[in-house]
Amino acid sequence: MLEALQHNGWTIIGPKVQDGVIVLDEIQSVDDFPIGYSDRQGPARYRLTRRANKAVFGYNVGPQSPKAVLHAARKVIWRGKKNDLKSQETAEPLPHIAFVGIRPCELKAILIQDDVLLRGPYGDAFYAARRKNLFFIVVNCGQAGGTCFCASTNSGPKADSGFDLSATELMGNDDHRFLMQAGSRRGEELLASLPARPVTEEDLKESGALFAHAVETMGRTLDTHGLKELLYQQLENPRWQEVAERCLGCGNCTSVCPTCFCSTVEDWTSLDGSEARRERRWDSCFSVDFSYIHGGSIRQTGMSRYRQWMTHKLAAWQDQFGTLGCVGCGRCITWCPVGIDITEEAAAIRSSAQQKEALDGND
Amino acid sequence: MKKMAKPRLAVWKFASCDGCQLSLLDCEDELLAVADVVEIANFAEASREIQPGPYNISLVEGSITTPHDAERIHKIRRDSGLLITIGACATSGGIQALRNWKDVNEFFSLVYGSPHFIETLKKSTPISDHVFVDYELRGCPVNKYQLLEVLNAFLNQRKPNIFPHSVCMECKANKTTCIMVAKGIPCMGPVTHSGCGALCQSFNRGSFGCYGPKEATNTNSLGGHFKELGMSGDGVMRIFRNFNASAEPFRKESEAHEK
Ligand code: SF4
Ligand code: SF4
Ligand code: SF4
Ligand code: SF4
Repeated sequence: MLEALQHNGWTIIGPKVQDGVIVLDEIQSVDDFPIGYSDRQGPARYRLTRRANKAVFGYNVGPQSPKAVLHAARKVIWRGKKNDLKSQETAEPLPHIAFVGIRPCELKAILIQDDVLLRGPYGDAFYAARRKNLFFIVVNCGQAGGTCFCASTNSGPKADSGFDLSATELMGNDDHRFLMQAGSRRGEELLASLPARPVTEEDLKESGALFAHAVETMGRTLDTHGLKELLYQQLENPRWQEVAERCLGCGNCTSVCPTCFCSTVEDWTSLDGSEARRERRWDSCFSVDFSYIHGGSIRQTGMSRYRQWMTHKLAAWQDQFGTLGCVGCGRCITWCPVGIDITEEAAAIRSSAQQKEALDGND
Repeated sequence: MKKMAKPRLAVWKFASCDGCQLSLLDCEDELLAVADVVEIANFAEASREIQPGPYNISLVEGSITTPHDAERIHKIRRDSGLLITIGACATSGGIQALRNWKDVNEFFSLVYGSPHFIETLKKSTPISDHVFVDYELRGCPVNKYQLLEVLNAFLNQRKPNIFPHSVCMECKANKTTCIMVAKGIPCMGPVTHSGCGALCQSFNRGSFGCYGPKEATNTNSLGGHFKELGMSGDGVMRIFRNFNASAEPFRKESEAHEK
């Protein structure tokens, strides 16, 4: 399959072991995949582990998501000369990228970023250009990680749409095989060129059991019922202050989050001032400058910055884009240096609101 | 059009190792371009000649440790349009601020043959404790690209692209794996000002905090986390007490772990 894609000019990006984690990088051959690897994840903790079997996709998401490719951390967006302000930034030809082995939550995150960056009158031309000529082969999850909660956000463990091909890795009866489903014409064509046999009842039963197992063993859950209204009502909850005492304001969470899209621009000049360029780079609502308007920053405290992040992901995003801004990938929990857990914070706010309601009711 | 006179640049040294000035020399190719747009009126590392002020821009390296220097910085301030401090010594007191926790007189007899010649202050203090500073560039030593960027920005009258957020943001932009999460190695990155480009982390070392505290630091939370990672109280005290020991948030955190 990889050869068929490469033959058709696709650059393949997929999972690979690097520096003790599974990253997304260019894949040359099947040997690059993390065969026989897995991971153990918890708040502020990630460890690569070995599996007893030779599963190719037997791990959960690493620190990077396709965002690093589609909405890169840095990008020159304008270049000009003094007295000639027309942009001289020439659009470099972008490689056609096939993402092989991304997860259902990652695909969902791309669809969410599409809503943010493509729609409306101010679509992002650079994202739009990069969004063209992509091929998605998503691999469904037969196991969940310690910080995953995609079942709560409806973004996994099985992808429903948006892919060209989806695959489920089956290893039952010592028969290592993939259950494939096409989601597009291109996917069908690729599938037709692969050695395959029709799906059996047995295959479906095995995959169904895997998904059920993944849902059951998901490390985290998020109760999304009335979440938006809850958070809007609880803007003064003391829990925000408690979490702010732990929060470092480091911005790891927004950087690893596959849906966070915020960026800022910087202007650079040559020393003699004859040339200039404008660069876009990831920003984070955890930086003080993020909310800077004339005269100062609006969010002066760690409390207000944490609250911004969480209420945006789980509440305001729904008003803006009609979905949650969270796909339950768990990255912000794993990669937070002090293990702050968005699901735990949401649950704490819910339970303290309920307690207060009960007390008020007793009055 | 009449050619405008080039802005005059002076580089000054106080108590320091010269490393930051060397970063400027290390610019080599770029230094020629700098010399094209400014007149270098005083730079002891490059030339012995000192031309009298006033200077449009003064770069100041080093901390104030002697009564003589405490006087000298006032003269430099008077002679300078913009005064920019470079490096940890000038912005927070540097590694020599470790003396601030000790009695400096005790060191003399140990270090110097004729201690009575030495005249010094009890503390090593940053330049901003003595005079108004227009801009502070962090690092131990400063990053030469950031130094050029600050000069460039002032020459072109724009805001320097120097960011007060964490080193973590650089780590993530570089796609460097977080060694604290993936390997349990203590790292000062979450409380440290960016600028180094997350160099240590790409060599599997935790940040030493060379650039000093980032904006809005929460050292208390990180200090607690270091202990959870197995560091002793003494270890936490030491990790916060190095090149920027005297910077307020680092000073407080190190003192909180002092026995
Ligand atoms: S908020 Fe956290 S769990 Fe949700 S999508 Fe972002 S990184 Fe993943
Ligand atoms: S959570 Fe913060 S960084 Fe992420 S999209 Fe919202 S405002 Fe931007
Ligand atoms: S929640 Fe965690 S990762 Fe996010 S800014 Fe706070 S400490 Fe950093
Ligand atoms: S390695 Fe250090 S600087 Fe990098 S993300 Fe982790 S804690 Fe931050």
